[in-house]
Amino acid sequence: MTVSQSDFRAALLDPKAQRPSGLSDGKGDNAGRRFDVYRNNVAVSLTEALETAFPVVAKLVGTQNFKTLAGAFLRAHPPASPLMMFYGSELPAFIAAFPPTREIGYLPDVARLELALRQSYHAADAQPINPAVLETTPTETLMASRVGLAPSLRLIRSPWPIHAIWRFNMVEGAAKPEMAAEDIAVLRMEFDPEPVLLGPGMADFVEALTNGRALGEAVESASLSPDFDLGRTLALLLAHECIISIGEMT
Amino acid sequence: MSNTTKTLAVAGAVAAALAAQMTVPAHAQAKEKCFGVSLAGENDCAAGPGTTCAGTSTVDYQGNAWTLVDAGTCADIELPAMADGTARMGSLEELDRDLPA
Amino acid sequence: MLDTTTQRFERLPDAPGVGYKPQHFQDIASDPGPVGWLEIHAENYMGSGGRPLAQLRHLAERFPFSVHGVGLSIGGEDRLDPEHLARLKHLVDWLKPASFSEHLAWSTHESAFLNDLLPLPYTEATLARVADHIDEVQDTLGRRMLLENPSSYLAFDESTMAETQFLQEVARKTGCGLLLDVNNVFVSATNLATDPVSYIDAFPLDLVGEIHLGGHDEDEDDHGAPLLIDSHGREVADPVWTLYEHTIRKAGPLPTLIEWDNNVPEWPALEAEAVRAARVLQSTPA
Repeated sequence: MTVSQSDFRAALLDPKAQRPSGLSDGKGDNAGRRFDVYRNNVAVSLTEALETAFPVVAKLVGTQNFKTLAGAFLRAHPPASPLMMFYGSELPAFIAAFPPTREIGYLPDVARLELALRQSYHAADAQPINPAVLETTPTETLMASRVGLAPSLRLIRSPWPIHAIWRFNMVEGAAKPEMAAEDIAVLRMEFDPEPVLLGPGMADFVEALTNGRALGEAVESASLSPDFDLGRTLALLLAHECIISIGEMT
Repeated sequence: MSNTTKTLAVAGAVAAALAAQMTVPAHAQAKEKCFGVSLAGENDCAAGPGTTCAGTSTVDYQGNAWTLVDAGTCADIELPAMADGTARMGSLEELDRDLPA
Repeated sequence: MLDTTTQRFERLPDAPGVGYKPQHFQDIASDPGPVGWLEIHAENYMGSGGRPLAQLRHLAERFPFSVHGVGLSIGGEDRLDPEHLARLKHLVDWLKPASFSEHLAWSTHESAFLNDLLPLPYTEATLARVADHIDEVQDTLGRRMLLENPSSYLAFDESTMAETQFLQEVARKTGCGLLLDVNNVFVSATNLATDPVSYIDAFPLDLVGEIHLGGHDEDEDDHGAPLLIDSHGREVADPVWTLYEHTIRKAGPLPTLIEWDNNVPEWPALEAEAVRAARVLQSTPA
């Protein structure tokens, strides 16, 4: 009697499935619930990984509910890679379709924000430019230049006030969220990612730069929002060490 | 906006951005903002909680398993079901309705 | 032949090491006590940058490192994941650790990573598969690896050889070394009602490049028999220390890791375990 890893795996993830036969306690008796040690290791370790990765989602739905959500998720989407630091990328879509959570419209975007924070934390390091370069480059040249942004930068655009929701759960005394669409940039100064609420047009600006458009084109795209403030936007990016190169278009 | 005007506007914005850098040194703004991201989802080779725990119970969110007893901070946030203010078709509205205000 | 000249530290010292946790960074950097080397789980350092790699870069200037993989699935029926092996090579080429080790276990099957060290039967077929996988790892990394004995909670009816024999055969076929986890020996022996001292006495101690010590929890099976769980969540148990002393008396001093992965304590509690291991190591002539 051989126990295939397919049988083992199927019984691990399905608590209702029969435990595989051909396993013993070493003394001639059936292994019985000794098999559950592995079932628990898998389910509990993945649940804990999700709890540490999505603390705000967990706070929003409550600890017990989150465990139920995680239990359903990990069986539908066991990790595709051994890197637990990136586990959960399918969680936003799962939350949007999961019957008990699908009414909580903002929850998938909160999960996206938490994923972005983790991705940013592990993203490659990059040396920021010396801001003086902006001063010494002629404006015409600057407008035709490509602006390289840090690999740790992430952009989340949501019809929901997810920055306010995030703060409400993570920052003592933060105000109760009010309905508003919010754009957030995750900016990492040195090693600590921070979700920063963006003003009008800023996300369009960052998006255009990320897509490799020249600074002038990015300004044009952002200026569709009449209140876009280029000075504030550049100051924000410089202060967070997010501009890593100013170069010619290739 | 003419090209010249645009260029002037950009030059002004760059100057403003640089002035902002002068007044607030970047590192002075760096507070400890780790928010627990650092430890999220570490791999290890330890075993879990043994034979008896929730890991072996069946996942039943249709029944009582999904309770609103500890509904979390969702309960404190008053936002519509959908971003445009409408409810979804075929929704489980009791979820929102039953949340304590 | 493997070229080891580029390695900063050629081998781990015969001293206590600890499983590195980021919360202990300051403590270790300022006063490591008897801790002479550090071990990391490979998978936690496979990101592209940020604080984890920066801390590692800093500590690697001062400490020999052991890279301990937990996700390669060497005992798996599937082929090794080439992407994961490439990530591992990238890390090992960069860090140049004194040692690389992995587990006699599987964790990935049909593209699902199950985040646990799952058991395999000990047969000629599994022996051939494990040996092939270790050959591939050693060829890819260009270095010898150590293979660790698992904690067992059950036994396979189909097994035809003892674990010690299986590990010895793997080492003979591949030239790999072994990592002897003394807590795992105690856990498995208790769970399967065998004698842990006989296990150590049957183990090819001359192939051991590193020892692991960790804490376990106590549970029981359907018949009320003790079932120990390799939880790494507390101090090393006294009978495991006794078994470790027996091992060191037989094998001489060996690099000895204290593993504490769950309920990670403040540094002094971890350091106290390292002090205890240092006392055992010093009581034995090299």
